[in-house]
Amino acid sequence: MAETPKFTTVADSDSRRTPVRVAFVTRRKSPHVKAVDDPEVMTYPETLLRVVVAGELLTLALVAISLLWNAPLEGLADPLLTPNPAKAPWYFLGLQELLHYFPPVVGGVLIPTMVVMALVVIPYFNVNVEADGIWTRNKTRRLRTLTVAVAVLGLGMLLLDVWAILAPTLGMAALMYWTAAGRAGGGGRVKRWLAGKPLPFWIMTWFLIEATVLTVIGTFFRGPGWSWVWPWRPQ
Amino acid sequence: MAATKQDTLGRLRETRVWQSVFRSGWGDSNLHRALAVQQNLFLHLFPAKMRRRSLDIGVTWYLGTLTLVAFFILVATGIPLMLYYHPSVPQAYADMKDLQFVVSAGVFLRNLHRWAAHAMVLLVFAHMARVFYRGAYRPPREFNWVVGVVLLLVTLFLSYTGYLLPWDQLAFWAITVGSNILSSVPVMGLKIRFLMLGGNTVNANALLRFYVLHCVILPLAAVAFIGVHFWRIRKDGGLYRDGHAAARAAESGEQRHG
Repeated sequence: MAETPKFTTVADSDSRRTPVRVAFVTRRKSPHVKAVDDPEVMTYPETLLRVVVAGELLTLALVAISLLWNAPLEGLADPLLTPNPAKAPWYFLGLQELLHYFPPVVGGVLIPTMVVMALVVIPYFNVNVEADGIWTRNKTRRLRTLTVAVAVLGLGMLLLDVWAILAPTLGMAALMYWTAAGRAGGGGRVKRWLAGKPLPFWIMTWFLIEATVLTVIGTFFRGPGWSWVWPWRPQ
Repeated sequence: MAATKQDTLGRLRETRVWQSVFRSGWGDSNLHRALAVQQNLFLHLFPAKMRRRSLDIGVTWYLGTLTLVAFFILVATGIPLMLYYHPSVPQAYADMKDLQFVVSAGVFLRNLHRWAAHAMVLLVFAHMARVFYRGAYRPPREFNWVVGVVLLLVTLFLSYTGYLLPWDQLAFWAITVGSNILSSVPVMGLKIRFLMLGGNTVNANALLRFYVLHCVILPLAAVAFIGVHFWRIRKDGGLYRDGHAAARAAESGEQRHG
């Protein structure tokens, strides 16, 4: 790549036979074309066949599940007979778990609103087009920021006794410190793969892990009075 | 055998009726394959050609496609369920029992609707995570990500409103818990809950409101936003292609061939 490309001049002024092409090769710009167009296929039948097969597999799976397991149906609704615990649908149980720790305005309104807002602004606020690894630049400053953020969040959760948020956060932070440790580009395959991940990757992964942990706790580990139960132990 | 079939199909394709239905005509060429997509109202959201690599399972895991299929299953099972359902108290619960013991395949119909609904919620989340990790929300696709967030909320509300309809203990108390969360919104919380339930508690009015939301308003909203979502995929340049991955693949291809 280092050798200078050779150019030849052609003395020909017929623009139809020899169209003029001027290439400016500036410093630090390689004339090498990095991305080539992928080969294309016809949507009909290539894409449509795959779409139909994917849809049929999902339909078959759901039909099999429907034949094997019945949808739950309990007794007639009775406003005077409150089950203990009364649980929301599973996708809101993470939220209900939050309500166990925080006042309703925080757990039920503020946090969900912030989550939706954060999801909406992802493509606008933190574009990060280059997708550089989080430690590629300003490593010292970023490590300091991470430490402060984890310390503030961790202390807050510790004071409020929110282990369900504290534990995954600390685990995530440990993983991030591990990828930052040692010289850049060192370590095994997993470490190098993680070190190449940008900040949004870490935030989203943290969020998804928290959401999963809270939902699983709310679904399986909560019994009467929202007390902690082990799902494998009979009540 | 195959030749006969081909001839029958071929003759059929030459009839006036066939040609009046399919504008593009029939032929064994890429032009005809392109026309089959482009001249069809339902297929024309697809481009005529697509990048081979974007069809690999590992790229999208077909999660968006599967979400749409789950939605189709929900419409296809939801409409027959509407034929057996009255949104009134306590008839709604009696209708569940009828589905269980009287209607042919009623249990299966309700099972499929229920499990497909759970599957759709899961698939929407998975689709969102996959799009995020591929970075497919980057410009010019920012707005389509936002449309996707709206569709996530519509899906959750569809599932939530459907949860009340069986009018059993599970439904009643799940919706009670959910609507109590809503009432903790500052200042307007109680008013919002009153608007949603048509009362201060989950009652017959709430059932009717949830029924209308579940069967009319939210499906229409979903269809509208799904339309925008798909249209924007086309307008924003088709399925996202990871520039880095494409470059790496091109380089490794060069090494292989050169």
